[in-house]
Amino acid sequence: MKLDSMYQEVILDHYKNPHGRGLRDGDAEVHHVNPTCGDEITLRVKYDGTTIEDVSYEGQGCSISQASASVLNELLVGKELTDARRIQETFLELMQSKGKIEPDDAMEEVLEDAVAFAGVSKYPARVKCALLSWMAWKDATAQALGADAERKTA
Amino acid sequence: MTQLPGLLDTEAIRKDFPILDRQVHDERKLVYLDNAATSQKPRQVLDALSEYYERYNANVHRGVHVLAEEATALYEGARDKVAAFINAPSRDEVIFTKNASESLNLVANMLGWADEPYRVDSETEIVITEMEHHSNIVPWQLLAQRTGAKLKWFGLTDDGRLDLSNIDQIITEKTKIVSFVLVSNILGTVNPVEAIVRRAQEVGALVCVDASQAAPHMPLDVQALQADFVAFTGHKMCGPTGIGVLWGRQELLEDLPPFLGGGEMIETVSMHSSTYAPAPHKFEAGTPPIAQAVGLGAAIDYLNSIGMDKVLAHEHALTEYAVKRLTEVPDLRIIGPATAEDRGAAISFTLGDIHPHDVGQVLDEQGIAVRVGHHCARPVCLRYGIPATTRASFYLYSTPAEIDALVDGLEHVRNFFG
Ligand SMILES: Cc1ncc(COP(=O)(O)O)c(C=O)c1O
Repeated sequence: MKLDSMYQEVILDHYKNPHGRGLRDGDAEVHHVNPTCGDEITLRVKYDGTTIEDVSYEGQGCSISQASASVLNELLVGKELTDARRIQETFLELMQSKGKIEPDDAMEEVLEDAVAFAGVSKYPARVKCALLSWMAWKDATAQALGADAERKTA
Repeated sequence: MTQLPGLLDTEAIRKDFPILDRQVHDERKLVYLDNAATSQKPRQVLDALSEYYERYNANVHRGVHVLAEEATALYEGARDKVAAFINAPSRDEVIFTKNASESLNLVANMLGWADEPYRVDSETEIVITEMEHHSNIVPWQLLAQRTGAKLKWFGLTDDGRLDLSNIDQIITEKTKIVSFVLVSNILGTVNPVEAIVRRAQEVGALVCVDASQAAPHMPLDVQALQADFVAFTGHKMCGPTGIGVLWGRQELLEDLPPFLGGGEMIETVSMHSSTYAPAPHKFEAGTPPIAQAVGLGAAIDYLNSIGMDKVLAHEHALTEYAVKRLTEVPDLRIIGPATAEDRGAAISFTLGDIHPHDVGQVLDEQGIAVRVGHHCARPVCLRYGIPATTRASFYLYSTPAEIDALVDGLEHVRNFFG
């Protein structure tokens, strides 16, 4: 059944047992919404230099958007900003692939659990759900580190 | 097969709607329960559209040749059909727009630019309700921001009805316009027009009714409503997209200023100033949606051939059945009136903490089309403390079997996320 390609076990696990949920201390906070469906997220980032010390979040939304935020937390906390950006860009590429990218080993190495979202990219209405927290993270990072850091690592 | 009193002969009706035969996702039968978003179109409407383009296409009101005259007659003929359908005292009170949103924006802009006694300004108030579609909120917010007028609204009761307990404080001598929805697209509530109109008339306020979810589903009589403006949209009533209606009382349409300027809406134009054509043309600048108006005319013929009172009875029977069946689903909470009384055929609900997006996705996999989200009525979701709802909405071709399919589908959803 096609549904299983969207609702991978990994995704349902993250949805039911989210990582790092809840708002904690941060350097910047953003609030993003998906106006077509009402998914919302409030997300904070905390940096130690250019190392991600924490990404905390609170929000409401479907399993895809909630699981995606959980995966983001698991993947990005502890990473250097440059590595985190590479993960974010790879995830974006995968999600915008309209189901055309079959993740290979190299991609899987970068994305870890996030490759499970490959199936979601076939559902245009749900891609925004999967990207919500990632866009929020990008925005919060820009705010926390300022345009300067943005340029240096771009 | 479940037999309910009042049902239409859906087997015959469904033959008129080619799309209902479609299969989706590996040969699943389409169960289309998203009629509040848009209705499907019968063959009669599709034929009218293609016949118009194949035989009559020309611009209207601006040619002496045969096609121009025939196209004009068809376009104006559609206006006659709409006028009769809503029991308008005059065909000149029927303005064609592109949809209900444009109709409502048109009213707001007429009032924004009007002279006394209609003028909305910083001394005056605008009244809406908390259950409006965004199309009947945002135009009034814009008007309030631009004029300094105060925007007020009726709140909602816990069971999804308008709270009119403080009607005398909400609608006051300062109120210029009261605009509200006749049937809510999210809650399904049918609102008590009379009480609101009576109070508005007492204070001399105009009344605008958003009938987008009423015109497709029940007899609509603008004289009985006693409103000043009534807006609705063609695509929810078997017509094509791109055509909407604003009905307005003749004296008002004569007095109120035009909003959009252009061809068609003028009498004479010089480089210094212009005079305007009489209503309704004063409010129809530019080439109108001609084929779409013709298509709406065909949709009205189709609905009339069935009878709006019969459509209403059919949907009422379905709604009663759906409310009963849905109430049996564990963890399901209906957002809106819990019975079929004074209720239209759109039913919103939540299912435990399973997000409506996920509900909709799993239903879709079974061929069942519902709408999920805030249904362009986000304040309603905020009011009831929910992020979104799943909404099933029925029409004249919907069947009890489709409601059974929905209920089975929801069971499947519960198992999937259980
Ligand atoms: C109650 C109500 N008002 C207004 C509208 C707006 O209709 P349209 O999008 O055709 O302008 C809708 C439809 O979505 C509606 O349900």
